[in-house]
This record gives sequence, C-alpha cells and structure tokens, in this order.
Amino acid sequence: MSMVKNENDLRALTEQAVELAIKAGASAAEAVAFEGDEFGVSVRLGEVEQLMESGSRAIGIRVFFEADGGQRTASVSTSDLSAESLRSVVSNAVQLARVTGVDPFAGLPEADAYGSLDVDSLALHFDDIESIPPAERIAIAKRCEAAAMAHDTRIQNTKGADFDLSTSHRVMTNSRGFQGEYRRSYCGFSASPIAQDTVGSMQTGYWYSSARTPRLLEEPEAIGRIAAQRALRRLGARRMPTQQCPVVFAPEVARGLMGNLLNAADGDAIYRNASMFAGKLGEQVAGENITIVDDGTMVFDRTTQGGETIRVGGYGTSPFDGDGLRTRRTVVIERGVLKELMLNTYTARKLNMQSTGKASRGLAGAPGIGGGNYFLEPGTITPEQLIAEIPNGLYVLSTMGFGTNLVTGDYSQGVSGLWIENGELAYPVEEITIAGNMKEMFRNVTAIANDLDFRGAGAVPTVRIDGMTLAGA
Amino acid sequence: MAAAARPIPYETLDHKRYFFEKLGLTERLLERCLGEALSAGGEFADLYFEAVTSTSLGMDEGIIKTASQGISVGCGVRVLSGERTGFAYTDDLSADRLLKAARTAALIANGPQTQRVEGFTETRAPQLYPAAGLGGDAEIAAKIKLIERANSAARAFDPRIVQVRASINDELRRILIAASDGTFASDTQPLARFNVFVIAKDEHNTARGTSGGGGRVLLDNFDLPGKTPEHFAEEAARTALLQLNAVPAPAGDMEVVLGPGWPGVLLHEAVGHGLEADFNRKKTSAFAGLIGQQVASSKVTVVDNGTMPGRRGSLNIDDEGNATQETVLIENGILRGYLSDKLSSRLMNMPNTGSGRRESYQAIPMPRMTNTYMLAGEDEPADILRSVKRGLYAVNFGGGQVDITNGKFVFTASEAYLIEDGKVTAPVKGATLIGNGPEALKYVSMVGHDLALDEGIGTCGKAGQSVPVGVGMPTIKLDRMTVGGTGR
Repeated sequence: MSMVKNENDLRALTEQAVELAIKAGASAAEAVAFEGDEFGVSVRLGEVEQLMESGSRAIGIRVFFEADGGQRTASVSTSDLSAESLRSVVSNAVQLARVTGVDPFAGLPEADAYGSLDVDSLALHFDDIESIPPAERIAIAKRCEAAAMAHDTRIQNTKGADFDLSTSHRVMTNSRGFQGEYRRSYCGFSASPIAQDTVGSMQTGYWYSSARTPRLLEEPEAIGRIAAQRALRRLGARRMPTQQCPVVFAPEVARGLMGNLLNAADGDAIYRNASMFAGKLGEQVAGENITIVDDGTMVFDRTTQGGETIRVGGYGTSPFDGDGLRTRRTVVIERGVLKELMLNTYTARKLNMQSTGKASRGLAGAPGIGGGNYFLEPGTITPEQLIAEIPNGLYVLSTMGFGTNLVTGDYSQGVSGLWIENGELAYPVEEITIAGNMKEMFRNVTAIANDLDFRGAGAVPTVRIDGMTLAGA
Repeated sequence: MAAAARPIPYETLDHKRYFFEKLGLTERLLERCLGEALSAGGEFADLYFEAVTSTSLGMDEGIIKTASQGISVGCGVRVLSGERTGFAYTDDLSADRLLKAARTAALIANGPQTQRVEGFTETRAPQLYPAAGLGGDAEIAAKIKLIERANSAARAFDPRIVQVRASINDELRRILIAASDGTFASDTQPLARFNVFVIAKDEHNTARGTSGGGGRVLLDNFDLPGKTPEHFAEEAARTALLQLNAVPAPAGDMEVVLGPGWPGVLLHEAVGHGLEADFNRKKTSAFAGLIGQQVASSKVTVVDNGTMPGRRGSLNIDDEGNATQETVLIENGILRGYLSDKLSSRLMNMPNTGSGRRESYQAIPMPRMTNTYMLAGEDEPADILRSVKRGLYAVNFGGGQVDITNGKFVFTASEAYLIEDGKVTAPVKGATLIGNGPEALKYVSMVGHDLALDEGIGTCGKAGQSVPVGVGMPTIKLDRMTVGGTGR
C-alpha cells in the first residue's frame, strides 16, 4: 500500500532534472530535492487537541543560459514529482529564462569552489529519532502541561503543550559536478500556560526543550515549571513613565537584537546600499566589546540525563551552503570592526569578493543569504552581577513589532519585561516601547554577561545597552 | 459504507472539472476517503484538495533578474472528535495515498464508526473575482511591461532614487472541499500582488520606501487609476525621499490621528485577532466574556467582510466550504460577535461566520479574518487634524503584532508626521505605537467620512500560518496612545 522509499530516489530525481534541463539547451542547471516527515501533537487541559502526521516531497530547479556577457536564469519548483510533471516544469523554466535579462553576475559557482564537510561528523541526524512511541510523545506533552498547571493556583488555563518530531533529507545536484546530501532530525516539546491575577488580567508563559535526538530532551516537568514561572513573573505588570534608562536584554531577546549585526552585514543589502553597514567594511561599526561570529560548522558535546556525552550538530549546521560551497566559520565583527560580510556566490561577484559560504537555498527561486549558527562572544560577569550595577532600568523579556530599519538603523519596539530597582528585578512592566538607533546602540553595549547558551541556531548572552528612550504613560 | 450521493453537475464549473478530470478524483473516491476517515469513530471529516500555481517576476537594477514558477498540489484530511482534531496530508493524490492519509487522521478517535458520509450538497457561492488569468507568454509579456513601467517611473521621480526593485507575484489557487456533513464546494482563487521597493540616498542619509497593491484581480486591474505601476513607483519614491529628512519620532502618550486605509491594521491587531472564536472558546483572549459590553467609543463600528469583489481578503467560500459573509464585530462601541469556523461554532453553539481559513493543504483550518474595517463617521478629516494641539499623524504602517492573551498590540509607522497647533508639520522616522486591545478604541473621539480600504498588500500570520487579508479605516482621532520614539 504505502510507497517504499528508495534511498536513491531523491538523488536520481535531481540528476534527472539537471539532465532534462541540459537536454533542453540550458548551459548549466541545478536541482534541489527535499523530503520531510513530520509528527505533531498538541494537548490542552490534559486532553489531546490536535494530532498530525505527514510526509512531503518537492523539487526546485534552476536553469541558466549563456548570453552576451552574462547569463539568463529562471527557476521552478513543484511538489508533483511524476516524470511528466518534471518534464513540464523544466520546459517552463527554459521558457521563463528566455524573458529574463542578461545578468553578468548570474551563474553557478566556479567548479573549483564546490565543497562539502563530512556529513557524518556533523551529527545532524540520529537514527533513534523515532524511538519514543507515539503514546509516549503525547504523554510528554501532557506531563509538561500538567507540571505547569500544578505549579501555582494562579495558573488555571493554558494555550496547551505540544510535542513535535521531524526528519528531513535534502539533496543538491548541479551540472558542474556538485552533488551533496544530508539528513536532519529534530524533536521538541513546549508548554504555554496562562497565569491570571485577581483582577482577571492574563499573561502567557512559554518554555521548550528541543534536540536532534530524544536522548537529549530535558525533563517535561522541569520545562513545564519554567513555563509557569515565566507566566507568573509577568502578572500585575504596570506601565512606566517616559524616560531614558539602561536597558538589559534577556538572552532570548538579545539574540534577535544582536542578530541585526549579521543582517546589516548581508551582502545583498550591502551592494544595494540598503544597509547601515554599506561601505563600512574594515571600519568600526560597534563597540570594542562586540565580536560576532557566524558558523555553519558547529558541533557540540551534549550530556544526556544519564550522563552519556553525545556529539551533535547545531541547528544552523550543514555540510554545504545553498550554492554547494563548504560551510565555514566567519568572524563577521571582531572587536567592533566589520571584518567580513555574509556573502553567497552572487553577492560576492557583485562586490568583487569571495563568497563566505552563506547561500541559503529554499526550493523556490535563487539562493538568498542566511547564516548558520551565530553567537556574540560572552563576557565574564554573571547576569546577576550585570543587573546589580543598575539602580533603575528595564530588563526586557519580550519585544513586539517590526520596528527595525536596517537602512537607517532606527530601532523602535513594543516591549514587556521587569523593572530593575536598586540592582534587582523588582516588578513586571508592559505596554511600553523602547527606541534608539542601532548604529549608536551597538556602540553603547556597556556590559555583556557570561550566560551564552545555544538553545537554537543563534545564541547571545544578556547584554546591557545605555542611552535608549523608553516611552510609556 | 457511504450513503449514495447525488451526482454533481460539474460541467459548468471549471474549478471542479480541474480536480475531477485533470487530477483524476471521483466522487466515489471522495466518499471512500471520508468513510475511511470516520472509521475510528470521528464525528466529522473533511478533505481539502488544493492545486496552486504561482509565478514571480522581478526587475532589479534595470534587468529582469528573477523569473520563477511554483506548483503545489496536495490534499489535507481532517477528522474531528469532540475537541480533538486528527490531521494528515499528502502531496500524492493517488487513491492509495489519500486513503492512507485518511486512516492516519482517523486515529484521533478510537471507537467504532458512528457517522456515515451524507450525500453531498454543493455550496452555491457568488463570483467575487475572475476565475482565471490569461496564462502563457502573453501574460508574461504583459507583466514585464508593468514592472518596466514601475522601474522607469521610480527612477524618473528623482535623481536621489538610487535603487529600484519592482516585482509582480501572482497565483491561481484551485480548491475542492468535500466533508462528511455533505459539504461539497470548489473555487478558483486568483491573487496578484505588485510591489515596488526603492532606496533613496543624498549626501547625508539613506532611506527605503515601499509601495504596492493588488487583490483577487487580473492584470488589467493595474491599469485602473490609482493602481498603476506609476502610482506605486511614485509612492515608494515619495516616502523614501520623505524619510531622508525625517526627524526622530516623539516619545510618550499623546493624541494620535490615523489616516484612512492601511492604518486599519490597528483594528486587525487591536480587536480582530482577539475576536477569533478559538481564542474565546478557550478563554485565552483578552476579549473573552466581553460580548455585549462597551469595548470602543460609540463612534466605532467594525466589521469583517469576506464578500467584497476583488479584494485581497475576499473569498467566495472559506476553506471549509462555507460562503463568507459580512460579520459585525463591534457596533457603536458594543462588542457583538466572534469570527467562527465549523469546530468553534459547533463547540460554542454559535453561528458559523464562514471564517475557517488555512494557509495550504498542509495546515489545519482556524478562524481567521478576511477584510476588516471601521465604518465611516461624519467628521471632516481636516477638522480632525485641526483639533490636535500636539500629536502624531500616522499615514502608513509597516506591520503590527498582538499578544492575544493580554491584548497588548503594536504597529510601526512607515510614514508619519508631527501635528503642532492643528497643522501637519515635520515627517518623523518610524514610530512604534503601542496599546491595549480592549481599551484603545475607547479613546476614539472623531471618525472621518473618508473610509478607504488598503491597496491589497496585507498578509496575516497566526500559529505559523499566513493568509491574505484586507484592512480599512476612515481618518480617526485617538485622544490617547503611546508613541515610541527617541525625540521629545
């Protein structure tokens, strides 16, 4: 009944697509194929709410045609993988390419640029990913939610808890001889309890655990308790008067803010003059305490509950980038100086530089730019010591909105968090905004704590920034 | 297993024929799948077939750099059992794979089969948009002409415009829904979006500007006054140049005037999401239990309307096969209703407002907005501005966001000005506005007669699913709102 998956299916599919394109007259072609399986369950108030299980496959193809002084190019993607469909989309790609302009910078990377790290040593896929039976996956979500609900009587409602599991397989083949593939596995669970105070105001808390193998998941009860604490600490939030004050960004929020340093170093935005870092390569763009690294090669040593050490690849780790170039470690900003840019093959050619291996390729369209794992180098003081130095200030727990302008550096966000009084976290605050200009903010990072912790692809410790304006009542 | 269904006269409807003739579906197969989906005791099951073709053409630095096409075909199978949802999807529409997906979704329930598949009754829906585009080379050539026009117009606008990107993205989505309650509905939904992005640069500053529009329309829509490539190009260029000389936005509580059209995103964030039935059924919305209560000034009436011809948020049928409608959310300041889908209307024993939407066959439907707007009032827009001593006049926004549980929402202005002594003065740089959903609209003291809808650019995210939406509003004055900036 069910289709048997042939290990070589995807690879053959990409080879076939490239071959079809070349037969149709393309001077070069590239195909990426993806296969994914996912399972998800959500529970709410102790009962299963949604159960989802599925698999999908799709392919994306790019074609190139040599023309005077450059290349024409077009791309297609489809989830219909029949032979007939493949022929039809390749023919569509060829037709579409005819209407495009000749771009002197378009084209596949040079043949000698290709490369791939050793897939096995990156530890991206674990065969035991499905070792937790479905009933137990549901049980984990239930335990996590129950622990959150039992933590405090002010938690009587919840948005639920979930458990997700997925595997994916990706293959890339091009007509210049590159072929690479890798598998990845993922599992994780989370809870989102709601705390309510005596006047009926509600606040949500959220916490999670995720890993590439179930052996590295944390205890559901511990995650549930943290989610509960995170909801409770927001209860009874007040507004604050408009003022200037030191702002401390909790790691989850600092990660987004400092990630803008990499976004501003994006080669696409640089060559378009659409970044505050355009023309600033080699210059001081942040304080001397700022060193930020993008690294697509990271592998960590993790310890299981039972004390076993497992080597596991980061969420941003991959053997090759979206152009088929070996991924690498790039120190983008070193002691405040913009040292390297986030470049794929296309933007590197535009800027007359070398790619830094940051091509990100979905199924559709041309490769964009995307990092691997990134981090801000930590400081030496603890977050508590960092906060202890502030008589009056804001500790930001969450930001809202889209008020980040990478062209001008203007930054303005809605926030909620905790008020710092006499060096301690005193009470929750909300319905306020913070604003500044990132060009100044990155020079005004007055403290960086030592709490660097990779829970996702990016990690940034607690940071303090001075000179921002808080707007409120 | 299934009751005999009446034959469906599909000859007249292209979208249905597509699934039956081109993709090989039969009524018998749909019944078998629904029967399989209910085999473990589920109360309701539906099949959502989807075939989407999308194209994207973009001009960048004066050449057509991007040309792409995407094809996605698949089916999502859903089974409801009490408050539980079982779901599976497949991108392979062979009978084997469809039946397997149905069996997987069925597992949400566990018991003997209790429900039978009813005879299908076809949903009769209006035609709010054209059924198909031109297709082929002629259409590609026409699209390229449109983006070339935008490119030229933006560059001609001012020598300080140094970068121009213009693009047109469109898709044709065919859907077919068959459900165990007899629902049988199909639709073909076109969606086009034109977009212009520019960078302006002078000796001191650099700024960006964007503009765009579209809807469930064909290409000839972009030759209508106010919807031409030149219009969008000039808007993008104008706002970028304006930002070159903008001053820092003020900070703190102040009077705020919102211009007509896209600023209606305020309603989408401040009240719309909070009135989606799922959040209220679970009592996780700040609006839960407030029906019949005053949540806005008496000048405020807000509706969600999926039946407006050609609009981006409009739908002949929702993604559960129900006709869309106009739903009054707030009437003269009083909270009147929620937006509901099949699951919520059944569990809450309230009317289904035809608001069940999903991003694709890979996603589970949820109550969502369509086009959300505030009805016009009687005030003269010029009088509204004149009445403000010191405040902010926000004409356009980037995007917004809301935390449903506590009602806090924000949205970020992309074009705004100071108002001083009733006069609009300096442009300000991106101010963020923040408010509290159940409170914010109580401060509406004036409502203009100039209701306008947005140009057709809105995309709404919820639980990881994006769907196209529309918003609208007349000029309004809020006596109090918090503005976030760095200025005084």
